Amino acid sequence: MTLELRQIEKTLGTDVHIHPTDLVLEAGGFNILLGTTLSGKTTLMQLMAGLDRPTGGTLHFNGKDVTGMRVQNRNVSMVYQQFINYPNFTVYENIASPLRVARMPDAEIKKRVGAMADLMRLSPMLDRKPAELSGGQQQRTALARALVKDSELVLLDEPLANLDFKLREELREELPKLFADRNCIVVYATTEPIEALLLGGSTATLHEGRVTQFGPTGDVYRNPKDVISAQVFSEPPMNTATVRKVGDRVDLGGIAYWPCPAVLSDKPDGDYQIGLRPHHVTPAANTPDGAQDGCVKISGEVLVTELSGSESTVHFKVGPEVWVSLAHGIHSFGVGEVADLQADLSRAFYFGADGALISS
Amino acid sequence: MNKTVNQKAWLFVLPVFILVAFNAVIPLMTVVNYSVQETFGDNTFFWSGVLWFTEILQSERFHDSLGRQMIFTFSILAIEVPLGVAIALTMPRKGAWVPVCLVLMALPLLIPWNVVGAMWNIFALPDIGLLGYGLNAMGFDYNFTRQIGDAWFTLILMDVWHWTSLVVLLAYAGLVSIPDAYYQAAKIDGAGAFAIFRYIQLPKMKRVLTIAVLLRFMDSFMVYTEAVVLTGGGPGNSTTLLSIDLVKIALGQFDLGPAAAMSIIYFLIILALSWVFYTLMMRNEES
Repeated sequence: MTLELRQIEKTLGTDVHIHPTDLVLEAGGFNILLGTTLSGKTTLMQLMAGLDRPTGGTLHFNGKDVTGMRVQNRNVSMVYQQFINYPNFTVYENIASPLRVARMPDAEIKKRVGAMADLMRLSPMLDRKPAELSGGQQQRTALARALVKDSELVLLDEPLANLDFKLREELREELPKLFADRNCIVVYATTEPIEALLLGGSTATLHEGRVTQFGPTGDVYRNPKDVISAQVFSEPPMNTATVRKVGDRVDLGGIAYWPCPAVLSDKPDGDYQIGLRPHHVTPAANTPDGAQDGCVKISGEVLVTELSGSESTVHFKVGPEVWVSLAHGIHSFGVGEVADLQADLSRAFYFGADGALISS
Repeated sequence: MNKTVNQKAWLFVLPVFILVAFNAVIPLMTVVNYSVQETFGDNTFFWSGVLWFTEILQSERFHDSLGRQMIFTFSILAIEVPLGVAIALTMPRKGAWVPVCLVLMALPLLIPWNVVGAMWNIFALPDIGLLGYGLNAMGFDYNFTRQIGDAWFTLILMDVWHWTSLVVLLAYAGLVSIPDAYYQAAKIDGAGAFAIFRYIQLPKMKRVLTIAVLLRFMDSFMVYTEAVVLTGGGPGNSTTLLSIDLVKIALGQFDLGPAAAMSIIYFLIILALSWVFYTLMMRNEES
């Protein structure tokens, strides 16, 4: 089962919502759309579902052109960030609603809804109205409605975003199990890189209406194609700065120097961009030069320190940029104090002037 | 364990107590006081027990005006609520026309009540008013000052014109608060326009519509100014609603006792019917 987007495009007046996009989504495993708010995730999903018509390009399902086919005639279901259920139907009737539309016999409906309610742990609440349920139960009802009809395409638009932390973790664990033995294409939109990593599958990073990279989630995380994909797939955002290569040395705006890495060795002298994930910038080591092997010491004025239990997040100035360090343990710095930190250069990404990753 | 007794706490309740006493309890008690006594206006009172209540409840005059009041209230509710919802459904939910529609809808609500009555009175006059003259020119024998049916038609039309906007604005507020996702979900399920209205829009508007019905019910039951300026309760007594009748008894005839008794009965009817409406509409509703 495949869903193929060929040069799909959506513009509204002079506003480009989705730039021409090619994407091939497969059944089995989650297809994750990762991007910030307004990056185009929801628009892209609506185009995939047929809720919205693309202004250009075509949509193919199993090789068949389904562009412009009405959503009712496609076998699609969708779950939203808000908990969308029919307000005056009971949970049972809510789950049964897609089957009723499909004119399924009552006995079959009863069987299916019962099985789905067991799976979703909703059996004790079948007679209640959605407003009498907790957020987690409401969203499970919405998920049950989406799953009960064996859709070929299931679109999950930030389904966990409105749940509180505990429920989110719980449901996130359940989700891959729910889809494990189903033959359907699952698309999952999220703003959280961690969610993408936990759900696995494939990830497409979205930025301002463009899919910047698509591939297996781990690959996209480890080998970002360019600086934007790397920034989208990093939380807190990836630290970047301009570095200058001069001969066999790299200079970070006069703040730090280090030997030219292998990937840059055969590149011409000039400006490059460095990218470092926050957890690769940690408080300086207790060595004479303030850095462990493969690291370089960087000092900067502290803007803010956030302590969250076992982790410390330090925001500090690196030339014109603000970098973030994320480290285990409690590392408290006063505001305005100059903090000594070390950057793990072995984990650094280098990007060219066009933003593309420079790899060996 | 001993309870801590803190008499100072009464001080916090006192201001509310005084306020409620002055704006509700004392005026109401004055009316109750009048309703069980006979007075000739020279500040001498005679106890009369429930005489006024039995008199009012048995009087044909009260039955008639209550009946007219019921017809008026249920007619305007039957017209204004569905019409208001229908207009709200056709109003745009985004774009440049939204403020235009909202202002147009709000306009009738901004006009003082006696001006509305005067406006419609002139508008409907058969010899010079646009509506009255127009209807007659089209061949209808229309004269709201002489014919009972025409008076009722004009009275109800005026109220619909004046107050449907309130239902529209409330229903519209309910409609715009429904997230787009509901409509999309319904579309995915293959729901048609009627199913969307029946299963999404109507349940989502339920609370505001309850408020709209209650407000319209209470206001129409108490309507006075517009009706009295338009028809003065006539022709004859044919459009004399409860409030108009009450004023006639209290200020026209200066029968304070019966008027007070009538006020209390009037108040209890509104209270009881509002409770019935609310209970019916909120039935099956979770707390």
